[in-house]
Amino acid sequence: MSEMSKIVRTISNSLFPFIMIYGLYVIMHGHLTPGGGFQGGAVVASGCALMLVAYSSEWVFKKVKESNLSVLESIGAIGFISLAFLGIGVTFFYNFLVGSNLLFGEIPPAGPNTGNLNTAGLLPLMNLSVGLKVIAGLFAIVAVMAFVASRGMRKK
Amino acid sequence: MIYNIPFIAVVLLILVGLATVIFKKNLIKIVIGITIIESGVNLFLITLGYRENSVAPIYTFAPSTKMVLPVPQALALTSIVIGVAVMALMLSIGVRIYRSYKTLDVRKMRRLRE
Amino acid sequence: MVDIIDVLLTHGPALIIAVPLFGAFLTPLISRLNDKARNIFVIAVMGLTEFIVLLLAYDIFTTNGVHTYTFGSKQPLLTLPSGYLVPVRIIFEIDGLSIFMGIIAVTLALVASIYSWSFMRKEDGLDKYYTLLLLLTTGMLGMVSTGDMFNFFVFLEITSIASAALVAFRVNKGESQEAAFKYIVLSSIGALFVLFAVAILYGQYDALNIATLANRIRYTFLDKVALVLLVASLGMKAGIVPMHMWLPDAYGEAPASVTIAIVAATQASLYALIRMCFTLYGGITSVATIGWILIILAMASIFIGVTMALLQSDFKRMIAYAAVAEIGYMVLGIGVGLALLFSRTPYSVKAIQGGIFHIINDALDVGLLFLVAGAVFYATKERLLDRLGGLARNMRYSTIFFIIGALAVAGMPPMNGFASKLLIYESTYQVSPILAVVAILASILLLAVMVKIFHSAFMGPPLVKAADVPKTMLIAMAILAALIIFFGLFPNIVVENMVKPAADALINQATYISQVLGGV
Repeated sequence: MSEMSKIVRTISNSLFPFIMIYGLYVIMHGHLTPGGGFQGGAVVASGCALMLVAYSSEWVFKKVKESNLSVLESIGAIGFISLAFLGIGVTFFYNFLVGSNLLFGEIPPAGPNTGNLNTAGLLPLMNLSVGLKVIAGLFAIVAVMAFVASRGMRKK
Repeated sequence: MIYNIPFIAVVLLILVGLATVIFKKNLIKIVIGITIIESGVNLFLITLGYRENSVAPIYTFAPSTKMVLPVPQALALTSIVIGVAVMALMLSIGVRIYRSYKTLDVRKMRRLRE
Repeated sequence: MVDIIDVLLTHGPALIIAVPLFGAFLTPLISRLNDKARNIFVIAVMGLTEFIVLLLAYDIFTTNGVHTYTFGSKQPLLTLPSGYLVPVRIIFEIDGLSIFMGIIAVTLALVASIYSWSFMRKEDGLDKYYTLLLLLTTGMLGMVSTGDMFNFFVFLEITSIASAALVAFRVNKGESQEAAFKYIVLSSIGALFVLFAVAILYGQYDALNIATLANRIRYTFLDKVALVLLVASLGMKAGIVPMHMWLPDAYGEAPASVTIAIVAATQASLYALIRMCFTLYGGITSVATIGWILIILAMASIFIGVTMALLQSDFKRMIAYAAVAEIGYMVLGIGVGLALLFSRTPYSVKAIQGGIFHIINDALDVGLLFLVAGAVFYATKERLLDRLGGLARNMRYSTIFFIIGALAVAGMPPMNGFASKLLIYESTYQVSPILAVVAILASILLLAVMVKIFHSAFMGPPLVKAADVPKTMLIAMAILAALIIFFGLFPNIVVENMVKPAADALINQATYISQVLGGV
């Protein structure tokens, strides 16, 4: 697929940071509002697909090599499993950050309240890992399919 | 009666999806049929949690404490993620089949007989 | 030292899925270093998993107990937190039958990874192959250990996605892509119907835990609908006729080391069918109807499997149809046990023991035959029986392994197939003599199929050039052959120590429920 005109490329350049910020907002506030790892990751991957359509898919695929995406995906996955393993002293997947004074350790009051980002222990960290893995995975799927399709059309 | 409409919609979606998988001849349409079945099952999961006069089960700025069940929503979310993965795999295999058989008609893919 | 064993036993149910999953996520990073480092890492992770599974098996078989594990709670055994009357977290519950299937799954996966060292050495994209193999092991072990219905659905989907991607691994051939597409479409529809049944049961009883559901279930109309959907979908995944259409294509077109892993996945689905029929719906007296339906489907599987095997001309498809017939024998044993369960005859326990013993025998026999077929393909690049001939001159070890596997599949005395098939014949004769006669005749026809393959591929004039296969493939086949001969010569040891606790754990539904609901 060849690249689109200058108007499309300029507007995509301006829109992509907003899409990325919104996606990261959805990932980080997964324990307060609807959202979480997969939903926010899918939003950012849609933004990346927008860039893939605006610029030609061969150019994007050559700049972001497939091995880099594979490394990002592995980092997200290993982060998730390591966080689950850290509580193995008590049980697997134990939420050891809740109630302690470390990173996300406050306990919110029961009942309806205004949301506090500093709560829920291990969940925001796991949301981040899953979000990173989903971004890399979905972007790799879309990019490889577009690259294969453009190569097939070129051969004809 | 009006609270039965989602369940009727579930049955209709699953029947339409099954009819698409059985009767259509294009590979991509079979994949779309499986997606329709998955939408029907997800709708069934979410409808099971409904309670009357209730709000979404989120405590941040909640208007009241009477809420629908949150567990089926988590189950439906997991099912949607699995559906995305399966659809990506089926479409990749479809691309490979097109490259090798030069057609997407399932009646012509009969190299593996008996 | 005793402390480490204690920790491994307490956290065992979590470690058997965490260790292969961690290995699967680390494999793409390690394969950037070196090929050999990746192979050694994969075999090390599989070996560690096998060690933990065997440790758990030793503990469960000698004490006849049930290990539970609650994820994310303050103690691993705390299934009911203080003040609660229902379990609220995901609970793994491993009893005798679960760990029996776990041994089969992880042993076959370990043999597959040893065999792949030289079998797949010349292929491309091997880091993804080993990642998928480890993910398949995680899925199978999770499917047999879980005590939660929705968690079972998630592991079922992990297993089917990983095995479909592995079947399509050789991307240049069109036939393997067609087989993988059929497999993933049927698998996906089956799994969605399992989810539909889980949703029906959740909507009625507000519980996802198998023990809680078994405690609360009444046999209403919706429960019957859920039972029909579960039996049909899990029977499709287990390869029972008339839902077996994907099985010869998938087993025949996958690389040989992948086929042996998919055999384990098929048997894990058969375990799930048994678990649903005996434990979830076990307290109801009309399970005899389900038993009779399973008997009819089993006889159809045996008959169709054997007759279709005689018509094939491809080495691996013949063995795949023989595998369909063997699944028929397993389901026959289980069906007879289910039909006689409430009528208090001693033959019901014998039938269930025969069916369960046949699961491990079939895994070893059919696995060895598929590995020999892979070795023949590696040496000669041929799969049609018309073009093979005279291989016994140069491939001596492979011929010996084929003879051992063929005698075991046909049920000849010094091998393990005879012991389990004798138990099935004896108990089927009590139900109806005609069924036993048809089963014995099918065994003789299976021997005819094996003789046909042996004569056309290994005897006769040499039509192709062949050299014997590399050592790691021979080591993998030798492990399976040694286990076959050991189980055949000493079936008493196996039945007393492994099969009897598994069958007892299956019939005792009350123990299963009280481990979760009874307390800490």
